[in-house]
Amino acid sequence: MMIEIKKLTKQADNKLILRGVDLSIKKGETVAILGPNGAGKSTLLKVLASLIKPTSGQVLMNGLELRKNQILIKKLLGYLPHSSLLYDHYSPLENLVFFGNIYGVKAVEQKARTLVKDVGLSFFLNEPVKNFSRGMIQRIAIARAIIHDPEILLLDEPHTGLDQRAIAILNNVILSMKEKGTTTLMVTHDFKQAAEICDRIIIVKNGKIVDDFRIQNDNLSFVTEKYELQVEGVS
Amino acid sequence: MSINLEREKAVLPGANSSEAKPNSIASILFGGTVVSMLVALYFIFIYAAEEKTMGAAQKIFYFHVSSAWLAFMAFFVTFVFSILFLIKRKRIFDTYAYVSAEIGIVFTIIVLTTGPIWAKSSWNTWWVWEPRLITTLILFFIYIAYIMIRQMDGVWDKKARLAAVFGIIGFADVPIVFFAIRWWQTKFHPIVFGNGPSQQGGGIDGSMLTALFVSLAAFTILYSYLLHKGVTFENMKLRVERYKEKLRADMEQ
Amino acid sequence: MNLFRTALFLAKKDLYSELKTKQILTTQIIFAGLVIVVFSFAFDPANNTTRAVIPGVIWVIIVFAGILGLNRSFISEQRNDTMQGLLVAPMEAASIYLGKFLANFTMMLVVEIVSIPFLFLLFDFKFFGSLPYFLLVVFLGSFGFIAIGTFLAALAANSKSSEMLLPLLLFPITTPILIGVVQATKIILMNMEKISSAIAWIQLVTAYDLIFFVVCFLLIDYVLEV
Repeated sequence: MMIEIKKLTKQADNKLILRGVDLSIKKGETVAILGPNGAGKSTLLKVLASLIKPTSGQVLMNGLELRKNQILIKKLLGYLPHSSLLYDHYSPLENLVFFGNIYGVKAVEQKARTLVKDVGLSFFLNEPVKNFSRGMIQRIAIARAIIHDPEILLLDEPHTGLDQRAIAILNNVILSMKEKGTTTLMVTHDFKQAAEICDRIIIVKNGKIVDDFRIQNDNLSFVTEKYELQVEGVS
Repeated sequence: MSINLEREKAVLPGANSSEAKPNSIASILFGGTVVSMLVALYFIFIYAAEEKTMGAAQKIFYFHVSSAWLAFMAFFVTFVFSILFLIKRKRIFDTYAYVSAEIGIVFTIIVLTTGPIWAKSSWNTWWVWEPRLITTLILFFIYIAYIMIRQMDGVWDKKARLAAVFGIIGFADVPIVFFAIRWWQTKFHPIVFGNGPSQQGGGIDGSMLTALFVSLAAFTILYSYLLHKGVTFENMKLRVERYKEKLRADMEQ
Repeated sequence: MNLFRTALFLAKKDLYSELKTKQILTTQIIFAGLVIVVFSFAFDPANNTTRAVIPGVIWVIIVFAGILGLNRSFISEQRNDTMQGLLVAPMEAASIYLGKFLANFTMMLVVEIVSIPFLFLLFDFKFFGSLPYFLLVVFLGSFGFIAIGTFLAALAANSKSSEMLLPLLLFPITTPILIGVVQATKIILMNMEKISSAIAWIQLVTAYDLIFFVVCFLLIDYVLEV
């Protein structure tokens, strides 16, 4: 069991955002988290990334309790939120080398160059990031998230605002990580990408998991059907 | 989105207003305050001897010292509840810390106003550069900083946590400030005050000492009353917020 | 030790980026210069009694120029939420504090190396005192100021009006250190006979530095918690 969540709740300012989430994810699974706005998807991801402390409940990653083994678990995590987490006036190479060093990556410069090439931005290896377009930024951002070969990848709406080429590159990266055995959790509103990349779908509504199913053969209509059932109610 | 535009929202059930239970602790404290304050006033104005040189104006000393005692004690209470909050994270601790700070700053202002008044009437100078008064001035600014942290916009637990951290830092700072200033003053500006705002001069009259202790006790009871009242009030505010939130959530279902 | 390693990477990153943009340092140095010029109008440099003011002026410029840099050190991590990147990394909160402290302290020293000689120049101040002691006092005073300043900057960064909040938080807390260093500087620059008192003040400042550095180390987890 790679990730285990037991009875997770999160309360902020008198409002219950997560109301008892129970979830188990095996190593190597690629899971999409769908749900309406305000359901608590990003909050769930942030708790897993140890950015938010839960109000109650337990989170175990790779058998280790999140609360007690923060540094060990953080070494395994790759996190990509809405923001790019990149330093504007640094180049992709400098950004990746900095984070790589923090994560203790060996031969970090070589690795950084390879990653930048993989996302197709070798031409801009030494340009400051502030001049990049959204697609380019997202590509470097995903490179930053995986510079240390994380075993768990947490992605928060990674496809938002990307053009086709960037989406394709991003998906390639995710799938190649999948082949290395990385467990991936992806919050998304994009059913098509969810169906293509992931093999398990979780639907979150009002801070609880309301559906949890596997899909076969990139069955997009199945996903859409299940989602509408949950979210829009039977009229 | 479900197209149920005609769903009737039930009229909110009426609520019977319940009789407010008389709060026994509050009444005891209030009674205690009134009684002890009256007793203290008796002691200050009638029992204690009148000071030879300064006359009746010296009586402000009792209010000045008692307020100073409260100002610092209130900050100590804030310090203790700050630590408790950081460990336990219960909102009640934060409320106590905050209310204590509010009370403390009021009494700090009283000290800083009675000080110059006394100084002017006794030595014809508005300000005295002496350790206790300056430390109180710094305490005033630390209180202000603490309150400014709470005026931040954000969720309550972030503000509470940051304020608690600052409460600890501030409290660690106050004794160092006092010693630094005292060192500064004695080493380079040895000022002999005699019957200064802080020193009791050559020897304090027994009756004055008794009056001082009585007023300290009275002020402490006053503080407890104000603290209790303040915390009750804050708790009521929080409860109203919670009910509002619950109503909002119910309406959204 | 991992704590120092990651702190050093962070400090290097901050200093390197400062080297690229030169924003903070130039602002600090120009501001220090302006304050010195204003003081030279306020206190007549030709007058001999102005010499008595110099120790205080030194520390006023250090404090005001320092505050400019301190605030930016954490606000800069709000762009693109890079602070989250640091928090998600296997990096202790204490490490973030240490890294920022080292970067801020280095920049403070640079500002001092440039502006204090400029002050002496403009005020035609003949340096009669002991240079080693003077450097020691400046070093220790800046150390304490930046230590508590970095901590409070992390705290204040949570507010929208952090530039306003930071001085409010910083000045009451640094009062002892200011008293100590100004007194020590005065003795060292002008009354070398009273050197034993200066040493006593230096001891106070050192005690302050140690106490608050440790306290900040312990409490930084609570400040950087999200």
